[in-house]
Amino acid sequence: MKLRRDVFQAIADPTRRAILLLVASQSMTAGAIATNFDTARPTISKHLQILTECALLEQEQNGREIYYQINAKKMKEVADFIEPFRKIWEDRFNKLETIMKKYTSKK
Amino acid sequence: MEQKTKINAEEGKQELMITREFDLPLELLFKAYVDPDIVEQWMTTKVLKLESKKHGHYQFESTDAQGNKYRFTGVIHEFIPNRKITRTFEMENMSFGVQLELLDFEKLTDNTSKLNMHIIYESVTQRDQVLKIGMTQGINMAHNRLQDIVNKLK
Repeated sequence: MKLRRDVFQAIADPTRRAILLLVASQSMTAGAIATNFDTARPTISKHLQILTECALLEQEQNGREIYYQINAKKMKEVADFIEPFRKIWEDRFNKLETIMKKYTSKK
Repeated sequence: MEQKTKINAEEGKQELMITREFDLPLELLFKAYVDPDIVEQWMTTKVLKLESKKHGHYQFESTDAQGNKYRFTGVIHEFIPNRKITRTFEMENMSFGVQLELLDFEKLTDNTSKLNMHIIYESVTQRDQVLKIGMTQGINMAHNRLQDIVNKLK
């Protein structure tokens, strides 16, 4: 029995978000995706499985290879979600904090 | 480092609240909003004008990956050093309308501080539209950053 996956929980994980971003520009094999991360290959496979189960990613057989691609329709469903907006501010504020910490040490 | 920034956007309301605690003394946090050079760095935008005073005017300009320029502008309604900035914010030549931003700076300890950013939009629809833009923008930004990291590995 498969657990019902929560889409929002799926995208709450930074590695899974990074995978989505990576695949957003072009479909890729699991191997190609894994080369972009320091994480162990089985961990990446697990992430891919979760993303596929909640339909954010789709698999496409191409010869002997399986390519992963974004499921645009499902991604749209998530579009209302606040997380990406929060992430923008999180990044900005992290940057602000880093800059100002250096600012103190410069003095 | 996880989830230091919190956003509260209740369903059906035309406002939202962004809160964040910083490992910075209040004065340094506030300075990051006033010093144009510093604003440019963390907002990744060009500061064309920033008059940090009551009834002052500000104008920022950002360039996207395609070279399109976007200008953001507003007027400062209230300016109390190390405490409060109330200002309007608007994307020039866009249909998103104007928003009111109330920035509240708070000292927690000598080395930590907190920012409460209360944003009020013209309508619920407009707020939700801005959030959706965040989706696209967020993806692009994160993607660019990922690209930078990947390029450095090469």
